[in-house]
Amino acid sequence: MQALFAQLLVGLINGSFYALLSLGLAVIFGMLNIINFAHGALYMMGAFCAYFLLNLTGLGYWWALLIAPIVVGIFGMILERTLLRWLTGLDHLYGLLLTFGIALIVQGIFQNYFGSSGLPYAIPEQLRGGMNLGFMFLPIYRGWVVVFSLVVCFATWFLIERTRLGANLRAATENPTLVRAFGINVPRMITLTYGLGVGLAALAGVLSAPINQVRPLMGADLIIVVFAVVVIGGMGSIMGSIITGFALGVIEGLTKYFYPEASNTVVFVLMVLVLLVKPTGLTGRAA
Amino acid sequence: MPEVMTATRPAEFVAGGGTILDVRNLQAWYGESHILHGMNFNVNAGEVVTLLGRNGAGKTTTLKSIMGMLAKRTGSVRFNDREIIRTTSDKIARLGIALCPEERGIFASLDVRENLLLPPVVRPGGLSLDQIFELFPNLKERLKSQGTKLSGGEQQMLAIARILRTGASFLMLDEPTEGLAPVIIQQIGHTIARLKKEGFTILLVEQNFRFASTVADRYYVVEHGKVIDGFSNADLAANMDKLHTYLGV
Repeated sequence: MQALFAQLLVGLINGSFYALLSLGLAVIFGMLNIINFAHGALYMMGAFCAYFLLNLTGLGYWWALLIAPIVVGIFGMILERTLLRWLTGLDHLYGLLLTFGIALIVQGIFQNYFGSSGLPYAIPEQLRGGMNLGFMFLPIYRGWVVVFSLVVCFATWFLIERTRLGANLRAATENPTLVRAFGINVPRMITLTYGLGVGLAALAGVLSAPINQVRPLMGADLIIVVFAVVVIGGMGSIMGSIITGFALGVIEGLTKYFYPEASNTVVFVLMVLVLLVKPTGLTGRAA
Repeated sequence: MPEVMTATRPAEFVAGGGTILDVRNLQAWYGESHILHGMNFNVNAGEVVTLLGRNGAGKTTTLKSIMGMLAKRTGSVRFNDREIIRTTSDKIARLGIALCPEERGIFASLDVRENLLLPPVVRPGGLSLDQIFELFPNLKERLKSQGTKLSGGEQQMLAIARILRTGASFLMLDEPTEGLAPVIIQQIGHTIARLKKEGFTILLVEQNFRFASTVADRYYVVEHGKVIDGFSNADLAANMDKLHTYLGV
């Protein structure tokens, strides 16, 4: 039983990262019509940003949670302004190629300086240790990651689905030309949206640093699964991305307990099944 | 017009002024296809001017070009003596021009309230929500509904209502009566008349000539992306035969 709950927890943790990353991908896809393959590299940059803050300036985990998403978000906005903007109106394939290329370059640069092995990042003092819940032992940091991710996901959902700003964003996703003709600066909104999606990836990177160490290829390993999550959940749906992210993490964890051999493939098997039955994804709107 | 609507308005709302919109040799393209081949016309403050013409003549394209929604456009569009041919559409909107598009442009992922509040207020003088609900009582009952769940008539009212909030004094309405029941068309006609009385300037695109004749001061006939004729409502009877030829009715 202990082992089952332990795997469930691992599943929830992975699910947190899936949710944060696929949420950003969904927001970016909705607004920019770009499948952002650079997402994994930007997640990695978030983790490295936390590492640099600690080792170069002495600013610890809590500052990193705040600063890394902003720094990487600004980097993303510069990418959008200088590179992605030129792809407006072109086929999805161009965005995919460009962002994939950006990911390779960014990862290559980090690998050049830091190799492929992991750099350690300590769990912040306040979140060390664990709690005995009776049925299992819960490391406090892991519990924190799950709860904090849930809060951030919900806040993002609220921002997009329940506020005036979010209404502008949803409308611009549907018909950017008309929204702009109402007097709303849509190009600026697109830049900020990309910054928001990228910031979420960087935040996930910081959360992940104490658990998975800081590695140049940490995002490359994760992003493939995240894309499967996005395909299953349906591109462009906010709540769908969050729920699918957490659910698939848990399913993966359960598979690890009941049939470990399949734990690395279960997500892709599900993806194939969903694509066969409902090609737009479980919650996706038809394109 | 109820008293609630006679709030203080900026000077440009006062009718009887000079030319508010002056379009000279306007040309526009959709991608590679050349749609407007030199449109020339003008609209005076406080007027209702209607563009008539067959399907595909370029009426909708004219409105979109004035609004800055087409990437490639040349010639001159002057609004309140200011050249806007190179201005982006968000800045044009902020000068006080608003478009109620063909197909209404109601957003499916927004509820009625969100649709109504979407266009930002760009200048003083717009209608308050209370005034809008007084004009279109149906909308008040449906605020929580998904925008596209409304009936065609309600969607058209929503599309007009949301640009009245913004303070824009120059409204462009693209086929506001298309596909609607006669009783709703009548209601929209009353609304346009009330807006005109209130000092709004309106550029209307209409296929429904009988409807247009109840609200318009002047007409321009558009064919193949050019204005080929123009006359005032007073000369309408004298021009009926010509008009039938132009419109093929």
